[in-house]
Amino acid sequence: MSIISARMRGPWTLFKKELLRFWRVSFQTVAAPVMTALLYLLVFSHVLEGRVQVHGLNYTSFLIPGLIMMSVLQNAFANSSSSLIQSKVMGNLVFVLLTPLSYLEFFLAFLLASVVRGVAVGLGIYLVAIVFIDLPMAHPLLVLMFAVAGSAFLGAFGIIAGIWADKFDQMAAFQNFIIMPLSFLSGVFYSIHSLPPFWQTVSHLNPFFYMIDGFRYGFFGVSDISPLISLSIVLGSFFAISWLALTMLKSGYKLRG
Amino acid sequence: MIPAIKIEQVQKHYGALQALKGIDLTIEQGEFFALLGPNGAGKSTLINLLAGLIKPTSGKLAVMGFDVQADYRQARHALGVVPQELVFDPFFNVREMLRFQAGYFGRGPENDEWVDEIIECLGLADKAHTNMRKLSGGMKRRALIAQALAHRPPVIVLDEPTAGVDVELRQMLWEFIKRLNRDGHTVILTTHYLEEAETLCSRVAMMKQGQIIALDTTANLLKKIPGKNLRLKLSAALPESLRPLLRHEEAFEYMLALTEVTQVEAVLAQIRQAAIAVEDMQLIEADLEDVFVDLVSKP
Repeated sequence: MSIISARMRGPWTLFKKELLRFWRVSFQTVAAPVMTALLYLLVFSHVLEGRVQVHGLNYTSFLIPGLIMMSVLQNAFANSSSSLIQSKVMGNLVFVLLTPLSYLEFFLAFLLASVVRGVAVGLGIYLVAIVFIDLPMAHPLLVLMFAVAGSAFLGAFGIIAGIWADKFDQMAAFQNFIIMPLSFLSGVFYSIHSLPPFWQTVSHLNPFFYMIDGFRYGFFGVSDISPLISLSIVLGSFFAISWLALTMLKSGYKLRG
Repeated sequence: MIPAIKIEQVQKHYGALQALKGIDLTIEQGEFFALLGPNGAGKSTLINLLAGLIKPTSGKLAVMGFDVQADYRQARHALGVVPQELVFDPFFNVREMLRFQAGYFGRGPENDEWVDEIIECLGLADKAHTNMRKLSGGMKRRALIAQALAHRPPVIVLDEPTAGVDVELRQMLWEFIKRLNRDGHTVILTTHYLEEAETLCSRVAMMKQGQIIALDTTANLLKKIPGKNLRLKLSAALPESLRPLLRHEEAFEYMLALTEVTQVEAVLAQIRQAAIAVEDMQLIEADLEDVFVDLVSKP
């Protein structure tokens, strides 16, 4: 007897299909981002180790959680957005649209698959990094919470981008002009306290900053902002973006004419 | 009995374009029904509305008594749609896709036997583990039909299922669809091959510019057209006196519409009188295509 009820089997199947979709190309979807993050780590740590200290930490240790979280966020976004745009362009999204899945089930399946990919990439970078560097984890639960909440936020963001974009060019614009700047200017490579006051204020408007700052707190117990404030902002942002994605799905925007 | 499909006063507008102008249509359970019409008549729009892929501007549509908007879950459970385009998911093989498709409808491992059966019946057994992108066009078409059937819907809609399919596969597909109809499934199809509709379907709706211009049994529609067609290949142009009978022409080949077989002698007499030789001649029963051409060409 199956442990999944008939009612839940629909969204479960979509979730499973989305997992398999990225796992079938895991060199591209998991191994490649791990490799990219490790190359960042190698280059930046080689150049800046011994010259820069942040929050009393050596630079390499400071950098790793930021790199992990940046990869988690980028890959969570890439998962839902690329799956949707590909299915739209190829036309095979019709197979899902013909089913009795509700807009909420559709949303949750894509969102959870994004979280799994984001966390899998983050775990991959962490496991390789700790082979070479001693990386304590002061608050593992907070690390997990920020990783899940952050990837959920980006998964929902990816759903919006995937619904909105009609072609790969538009998706690339979304990725390169929104996601990439927000993740690079979020304190991955520096503490925002090292920035001039104006750019500190600007950084506080970037939700990625709170995700990375809170995630880093989970490792070292130090951060620019209280982790509870960060978590509240991340969850608030997640609910806001999820509301937007659900509203688009419910109305059938660009999916059901 | 609840009708398989009930469409009431359905309109669909895209801005100023009226794709459907108030469609009323009821299809009973167990029917083999054809939806015919030239490109742009509104056939696919109507199918997309039934499938919930688009929303009507006004009016109601129900599948097996379930409103496609309000009771969309039940309506979609009752409907299997074969899309016109050869779409596929390039990440998976045939069996995986069919199991996913059944799973979306809440069907689990207990449905695997049915999935294997449709794989077998549609001649996909040796391709079951082949990635969808590696299938030929014909095989992709079979996989699309299998996907529509994976959740055992009582109503099946096939939108141009044999477009671009070779004769052998077309025959095989129709045998399979006929079997499904015999087993009690309601089958609705759109096709450009009118002889298919004539052979297979008990009832036909003809559409033009977003409206149904004819809706009747195939037999009744055939009665509306003069009984015979006379195809002639002549050595020169058709005499003017015979032009009122002309259905269509190409070079010196003419198709004349006759109400009775006895007219043949009179036609041949006029041709002889004009000193024109008959190079070839054929007497053909009027078919659905004649009805279709007649109705669609009317202003």
